Amino acid sequence: MVTLGDYLLVSALLFTIGFAGAMLRRNIIIILMSLELMLNAANLSLVAFSRFHIGPDGLPNYSAQVFVFFIITVAAAEVAVGLAIIVALFRSRQTTHVEDLTSLKF
Amino acid sequence: MMPAWLFWIFALFMLIFGAAVVINRNPVASALSLVVSFLGLAALFMSLDAYFIGIIQILVYAGAVMVLFLFIIMLLDLRAENLRRINWVASAGGVAVALAFFVQVACVIGNFKAAAQAFPALPQTRSDDVRSVGLLLFSQYNLPLQIIGVLVLVATIGVIILSRRETR
Repeated sequence: MVTLGDYLLVSALLFTIGFAGAMLRRNIIIILMSLELMLNAANLSLVAFSRFHIGPDGLPNYSAQVFVFFIITVAAAEVAVGLAIIVALFRSRQTTHVEDLTSLKF
Repeated sequence: MMPAWLFWIFALFMLIFGAAVVINRNPVASALSLVVSFLGLAALFMSLDAYFIGIIQILVYAGAVMVLFLFIIMLLDLRAENLRRINWVASAGGVAVALAFFVQVACVIGNFKAAAQAFPALPQTRSDDVRSVGLLLFSQYNLPLQIIGVLVLVATIGVIILSRRETR
């Protein structure tokens, strides 16, 4: 029997993997991929709560799925803008390694 | 709902390939692991009777975002990064913070009473989730939908301006 807690735990594990990736990796493209993993972990727990909360009409709570739809749209827009910034950065600096990009460092 | 063993297979699949995204040194291998991980996630969405979200996940991530990542990696001609001296203190700190975060979330889930309950069965055999999500999207959440449309337009214009070559 799969409980709500199992889904939440898997979601937390996926978020932790993405979190660790964003902090440990030094390649800016991999950091962007880790951000995607974290956004999707949040989506998984939202959909699990949507299925768990059966409304009076006997259907899952679809508001959460609408929210997931918005998150997916924003994530796709974020990837497009992020990759465009990376391309612009690579053009001027010839690197995607975050330790080489320290001109904003205080 | 799926049988439990299928849930654990897909969850394991997703987590292993998610870890492979972080561990792989080659960016192309990372991007391919990312898409496999998202396919596992789409299967989990479908196990929760969210077929529309599962299909959207496959179309947007395995289709669009994935191609974008691979395209940029090939365009920039990134090789596997050569080994640099790893800052062990910083790495250990990163792992420790991530683990502390996970332990905290696990404690919250452990104390959450509803988390131990199984999912209630759907009374109807057939749930029309595309129709329900669409109705909500165009009635109750119509203003956010319009705002998202503007956001996508701004992102498109922004990407075009960012990737334009400067002509002087």
